[in-house]
Amino acid sequence: MNKELKILGIVAAFTLVLYWGVEPFAHSQMHKHVEGHNFVYDGTADIEEASKDKKEAKKKFWSEVKEIAKLKGDPVAGEATFAMCAGCHMDGATNMGGVTPPSLDHAGAIYDKNFLIALIKDPAMATNVDHKYPNGTMSHPMGSITTMVNTPQDIANVVAYLKAKKAGEVTPKEAFKEACGRCHANRYGKLTQLGEIPKTKSNIKTGQDIDRMKYDQKVATEQNALADYLGKLPPDLSIIYRARSEHFLETLVENPQSQLPGTAMPRTGLNKEGYEKVVEYLAETGDPSAPARAMAGPWVLGFFLLFTILAYLWKQSQWRDLH
Amino acid sequence: MSSRRDFMGMALGGFTALGGIGALMAMKKTWDPLPSVKAAGFTTIDLKDAQENVLVTEKWRGKPIFVLKQSKEMVEKAKKSDELKRLINIGDEYYMVAVGLCTHLGCIPGYDSSKQGFLCACHGGQYDGTAMVTKAPPPRGLDIPPFKIDGTKLVLGEEGPEYKKMLADGTTMKV
Amino acid sequence: MAHFEKAKSLNEWLDQRIGINTLKKVMQSEYWIPKNINFLWAMGMVLAATFGILLVSGIFLLMYYNPSTDLAFDSVNYTIMTEVGYGWLWRHIHGVGASLVFLIIYIHMFTGIYYGSYKKGRELIWISGMLLFVLFSAEAFSGYMLPWGQMSYWAGMVITNLFSGGSLHADGLVEWIRGDYVPAQAFLSRFFMLHVLLMPLAIIGAIVFHFGTLRLPHVNNQDGKEIDFEESARLWKEGTTESRRKSEVIPFSPVFLSKDVFVMGVYFILFFYLVFYHFEFAMDPVNFDPANGLKTPTHIYPEWYFLWSYEILRPFPTDPGLVAFAIAQVIFFTLPFLDMSPNVAPANKRGAFHIWFWLMLIDMLVLTFMGKLPPEGIWSTIGLVAAITFFVLWISLPIITKLEKKL
Repeated sequence: MNKELKILGIVAAFTLVLYWGVEPFAHSQMHKHVEGHNFVYDGTADIEEASKDKKEAKKKFWSEVKEIAKLKGDPVAGEATFAMCAGCHMDGATNMGGVTPPSLDHAGAIYDKNFLIALIKDPAMATNVDHKYPNGTMSHPMGSITTMVNTPQDIANVVAYLKAKKAGEVTPKEAFKEACGRCHANRYGKLTQLGEIPKTKSNIKTGQDIDRMKYDQKVATEQNALADYLGKLPPDLSIIYRARSEHFLETLVENPQSQLPGTAMPRTGLNKEGYEKVVEYLAETGDPSAPARAMAGPWVLGFFLLFTILAYLWKQSQWRDLH
Repeated sequence: MSSRRDFMGMALGGFTALGGIGALMAMKKTWDPLPSVKAAGFTTIDLKDAQENVLVTEKWRGKPIFVLKQSKEMVEKAKKSDELKRLINIGDEYYMVAVGLCTHLGCIPGYDSSKQGFLCACHGGQYDGTAMVTKAPPPRGLDIPPFKIDGTKLVLGEEGPEYKKMLADGTTMKV
Repeated sequence: MAHFEKAKSLNEWLDQRIGINTLKKVMQSEYWIPKNINFLWAMGMVLAATFGILLVSGIFLLMYYNPSTDLAFDSVNYTIMTEVGYGWLWRHIHGVGASLVFLIIYIHMFTGIYYGSYKKGRELIWISGMLLFVLFSAEAFSGYMLPWGQMSYWAGMVITNLFSGGSLHADGLVEWIRGDYVPAQAFLSRFFMLHVLLMPLAIIGAIVFHFGTLRLPHVNNQDGKEIDFEESARLWKEGTTESRRKSEVIPFSPVFLSKDVFVMGVYFILFFYLVFYHFEFAMDPVNFDPANGLKTPTHIYPEWYFLWSYEILRPFPTDPGLVAFAIAQVIFFTLPFLDMSPNVAPANKRGAFHIWFWLMLIDMLVLTFMGKLPPEGIWSTIGLVAAITFFVLWISLPIITKLEKKL
């Protein structure tokens, strides 16, 4: 008996060392380390990684954002100014310069205040993709906002309005659609870059579903525009939850440049709550069996525990008189 | 030898069988139709454009659905043979809506508009314009699919009050 | 036609027709196993059970898997994981089982090496076992292609390229294996066939053969002692407590089986713990990106059980690397003939061989670690040293065993 336990100890020790070597250790060596920023958007990472000639401009930009954040915004005045935003950010908006302007229905709830201020002040700088616009922010699809809402007080007012009126309960799916869904499809969630896939019916005589074909063509056009704008089609996020670690996703969302240097993906500026909603949706489509596992797991393990106890008693009864 | 020895073996065997039943239940679920198949089990058809005595075929759950708008003459005939209850009444119009599979062995009967009746080529079964059987071997008229009336439209797969009445009085069987 | 009496019981009816009583004796009550064994002797049955679990879970996956390059990925990751009732369970069982079956195979192999269970009449047990190892490797590799993710595609690309033979440039052979210039539809279809039909058939055949080779030389025991099986069987059959204590053997069923089942129970607790709470180790995240022939993942590596032989390939230039890799695949087959010692005994009684055993185990562990790490700097050097050590150990084996004293 003691001898068997000793052997088991050796086998278990080798197995654990083997596991440690090929899993935690190997992965710690394979992926570069990226610090999280706990969803604080103050430009620290941007300034750090910026090239020498851009460092000063970034420092200045983010310190101005900090000043605007100190102003007291007036949501009522902000609503009037917001009318300028609503010209593009509206229901049924279509592609403008490569991408369809996202809905802002829950912008106050899911995006960080500092980020929103920075975004209105200079979209290219705020989203940390200024390297894509050597000719200045005006060539960014949202660049014209810098001429429309340009005083610190106006910016503070619009953000105050978003925080006060465009907040409210947001579902995980809405958070995904608003923050990610304009560029990333989620086919397991039945979402394309144009939103939910509509229900259509094929012709009984020909088997052809022309409405679906028309929709697919619209999606393809949108995807081509996106690919032209971003250099490639952003990946479908159906099971990104299984394909990347949570740490990767979190640091990527905070600052895409940190994980994918030079990427065309803009920072989305999600706050902690917004990010958690988005991840909840990614888990729903990427790991749908989690609730079923949690339910069945204890039963199956309990079964085998009892099975092993019974098997032990059987073995004892069989081997009792053998030595 | 000692009975304890056998007892423990049997206890273990019995317990294992219990686990086996659990595994079989999981396997049974794996064979079930997929949720996407079940969700696709609803089809809406519009009766607005149907023409009298012209058979229209639709598709529901992979099966052919016959829709036959009845002419005045056909309605009179149905009244006489007490088969009006097989027809779906919307406004002033009467429609025959049925699963187009012979109740004998599942072939698709053909419609002859001059005779206003169906003939199943497989084994010679015949039906009249309300899809009631007129000649064996089919045991009964064509089955009526679950439907719900929605204006001039029918939602197949949903059970409306008119369908429930047909089930209750034995006009059709559950499909 | 033989003469048949009317049978009085179902048992008798079956006995007249298929000799069920003889069958029971041969397979169970008079299949003698030494008493002097530990739980490592249960690994064979644990492997058989794991193969059974892989077969059953595989059957349910097969019902919904779609072997087309357009649909394979979503049929696994969407249909099976989201739509099919308990589809996720079969997939996780299949994935975890595929990994654990190799863990147990390695334990089973090193048990055999430690106790010298491949010598003096047991050579065929070892060789048939190694054949099973190779078949399971092919089964695992072909199965790894099926989800058609990034790792499937690139593993398929790299492994089939091995057959070009380096400077031989046998590109025609590579294209023949793939049925295309790159891994594509033809490749997926044929590896699907290999995984669900040809390999499982071959494995079942090899398992029967492996069991058959055990029969005459009998199972080894903890001390490598030569047992008089006939005398011990006679003592057991006498049936008194006294004679059974004296006997050195036990029948396979129910006595040995009761221990097997207990060990299996412990194993299943680990198995299902992994299935429900820790399955990620068996399902590489990279394979959750769909196959893309225009983009290689940053890090590619095989599953853990192939890492040691992969690392033997990696530190050398192409041609010597391929030769080293090829030798590593078959060298274990030759163990019964390279071990020249006359002793059948546990390694701890065999002097230099004892050291050889642990060095080999540790060397393979080091190779395994290095096989997954990026081949840069210190990791490359360690990998090269470990790969050379592997061959030095095999070359030294005949020498140290030849010098071994007879016990």
